[in-house]
Amino acid sequence: MTNLTWAVRMQGVNKRFGLVQANDNVDLQVADASIHAVVGENGAGKSTLMSILYGMYQADAGRIEVHGQRLDVKSAHDAIAAGIGMVHQHFMLVDTLSVLDNVMLGAEGHLLLNTAAAHARAGLTDLMQRTGLKVNLDALVGDLSVGDRQRLEILKTLFRGARVLILDEPTAVLTPQEAVQLFEVLRRLREQQTTIIIITHKLKEVIALCDDVTVMRSGQVVLRTAVADTCMEDLALAMVGRKVNMGERIDRSDGSSVGDVVLRAEALSWVDSWGVQRLCNVDIELHAGEILGVAGVSGNGQSELLDALSGLLQPDSGYLQVLGDVYQHDHWLTPHRARQIGLMHVPEDRHARALVMPFVAWESAVLGYEDDARFSNGPWMRHNHMKAATQEMMDIFDVRPRNPMLRCNALSGGNQQKLVLAREMSRSPKVLLVGQPTRGVDIGAIEFIHGRIRAMRDAGCAVLLVSSELDEILALSDRILVMSQGAITGRLGAQECDETQLGLLMTAEVTS
Amino acid sequence: MSTPVELPRWADLFLLPLVNLSIALLAAGVVVYFIGQDPWEVITVLVNGAFGSARGVSYTLYYATSFTCTGLAVAVAFHGGLFNIGGEGQAIMGGLGVGLLALWLSHALPAWIMLPVLLLAATLFGALWAIIPAYLQAYRGSHVVITTIMFNFIAATILIYLVVNWLKVPGSMALESAPFADSALLPRMHVMLAQLGLEWPSSPLNASVLLAVAAAAGTWAFLWRSRAGYQLRVVGASESAARYAGINPRRYIVLAMAVSGALAGLVGMNEISGVSGRLMPDYVAGAGFTGIAVALMGRNHPLGIVFASVLFGALFQGGAEVSFDVPGFTRDMVLTLQGLVVLFSGAMAYVSAPWLARAVAVVLPGVKGTARG
Repeated sequence: MTNLTWAVRMQGVNKRFGLVQANDNVDLQVADASIHAVVGENGAGKSTLMSILYGMYQADAGRIEVHGQRLDVKSAHDAIAAGIGMVHQHFMLVDTLSVLDNVMLGAEGHLLLNTAAAHARAGLTDLMQRTGLKVNLDALVGDLSVGDRQRLEILKTLFRGARVLILDEPTAVLTPQEAVQLFEVLRRLREQQTTIIIITHKLKEVIALCDDVTVMRSGQVVLRTAVADTCMEDLALAMVGRKVNMGERIDRSDGSSVGDVVLRAEALSWVDSWGVQRLCNVDIELHAGEILGVAGVSGNGQSELLDALSGLLQPDSGYLQVLGDVYQHDHWLTPHRARQIGLMHVPEDRHARALVMPFVAWESAVLGYEDDARFSNGPWMRHNHMKAATQEMMDIFDVRPRNPMLRCNALSGGNQQKLVLAREMSRSPKVLLVGQPTRGVDIGAIEFIHGRIRAMRDAGCAVLLVSSELDEILALSDRILVMSQGAITGRLGAQECDETQLGLLMTAEVTS
Repeated sequence: MSTPVELPRWADLFLLPLVNLSIALLAAGVVVYFIGQDPWEVITVLVNGAFGSARGVSYTLYYATSFTCTGLAVAVAFHGGLFNIGGEGQAIMGGLGVGLLALWLSHALPAWIMLPVLLLAATLFGALWAIIPAYLQAYRGSHVVITTIMFNFIAATILIYLVVNWLKVPGSMALESAPFADSALLPRMHVMLAQLGLEWPSSPLNASVLLAVAAAAGTWAFLWRSRAGYQLRVVGASESAARYAGINPRRYIVLAMAVSGALAGLVGMNEISGVSGRLMPDYVAGAGFTGIAVALMGRNHPLGIVFASVLFGALFQGGAEVSFDVPGFTRDMVLTLQGLVVLFSGAMAYVSAPWLARAVAVVLPGVKGTARG
């Protein structure tokens, strides 16, 4: 950090939400024309800090300087005027408008739309030339790939004159190849004197891309260093406050071989109501005592596969044999039957599905098992048993705070997920379908959850793991399936593959 | 992205409604002052009229009986994720069921059979009138808010048609059916109390008030103690979670509306079997809509609804006294007053919550708020 000019200086930033001190006297200094990572677990306060810089929240106390100018950001408008741009994790684009229209939206710059469009087109062509961010200006945003959309979002902010670019988890939705392309673009932007701040929890990317890093934990800055002077293990330690296992493989502890096939699906196909083929001739064999990982970019049929195998979705065609039951398309598995035969499902979306967010924990903790004799007596629910069972789950799965009377939405993401896992795993499933087990979960909890999934496998359970985190797939799976466009494009043993190969299979074109 | 309001639970349940009510009365007082009346006199007459005498209390409770039923109806639908605006129509149908059965059977059956049959008729007719929109929503995608509003009109029209063309006593000018036999009349409260040796002034208050209290207890047990109620609340809170849990949301949409309609139908017991003793139009008189305000104010909890309906009963009864006793204070002013209470206690219930939360935090530091969803 020899550079003496700061693009952004935030000093003594404090922000409180009710009883939570989201930012506690935070200092952030970002050198001009550098790539700076802000890392931390969920809830560490990094998003809050960036939202303050971008004017979406106002700090309770603190001072912000951008390029040496004292800045009083009251809204995103002020921030944009000061040359700050932000690309959110969830893109802010209008699908039904063209790329050009999306860029112009809110920055038309001329009374007559045609003139404005001509100006914008000229400006954008020049910008694309300089930065290497290439997007077809006349394409509809709805037709763009995720990578293209992200490039468009970056273009949009640059077009508005951003000299400081904030990116929130930019690679969360990208394939490894797209991520590499993005990094190249970001490096080129840095050469052209743009300052980039990246919010992330992927330490590998910090090491690969960034110049400096600021690590946050529970609202405070705990480490500030040049990337050259640190390593992944140190960053992880700073983030979590203790040593963590960085997703290394732990093979079956007892060294036993896999068991019989407990779930066999053949030729599953499903077309959604928009006419898109979501599942395309999917065959799966799942053995007892193995973890079968399903890798793929989100939205390539993994969710539908989980739904079909758990009975939530009836495919148009296909055959399913699971734990002795046989299903064909008119007679399909139901979620209720699945639970009866010992096929449990930890769904991808815990807010929409796995938990009833406004319910107290002990009510959500029996969801799906409410007619179990332990929890209901005739038409009545047995509240004492429900509470006791929840307490037990919370004890075993280390859900904090250990209070069954809390509402689900008062628990953090990791603890919500632990509660869901506890509910499904405590019924000793024979088949366990797990979707995105660690999405939005902090590092400490990830380690715990991975340990639990391995323990299920070691106990002889057949585990199907769907995750968009390649590291997670590689760390847990015994075998790996790769899905692209609803079809299985690769079947690999865990030892024989690397990320590059997986990335290629994940983006393979499927000809149906 | 709004900061969640954090109030301790007791403040959320008791302090906030009280503050809202005070604001409403204050606003009403300002209005009363501007039309040249003395706010203090009006509020005195109102409270005295509602609670100052045994007769006043009886009328208050009589109104509260109907409001409790329709309030509970709105609450059950709400917990199932539905907004039942059809309480009015379902109450009309409940009364129609009571009337038809009473006209048909009351001369043949003794009270101990007749009254349970009437109760069944009230709930079944009300439920049926709610099941049709529920089915249309669950299986055909017609929005229940629209259909229940339409069903209110249809119910009112059916009732008038039947009374005018079929049930009216031939030769009579009055728009009403023939009176029922005594077996179809719910006992009045003053009669029941007299049998216990207590003297009580005559009023429309009848045994339905006990029915309403039982309905409130039953609704609570159903929603928070039964498995069907649990599943209904899951559907209401998150349909996707319900599907994941293997609960069929459509079935529970129909169940929620059926229970809701049955509760609204109980109004028919209060008005037709309890008070009028014959079938005639206009007996619901807006109780179905007042139920929405009652449920809002009572936070969709049976206990809250009982309190809120007593409050609204008091506004009706006390308001009637005010328009009678205070010269120049018309029925419309009473409606204005009720409107203000609905506005501040129901529709804008959480407007004052952030200030109150801050005030509570200042007065009682260290009291931990519970985040609300």
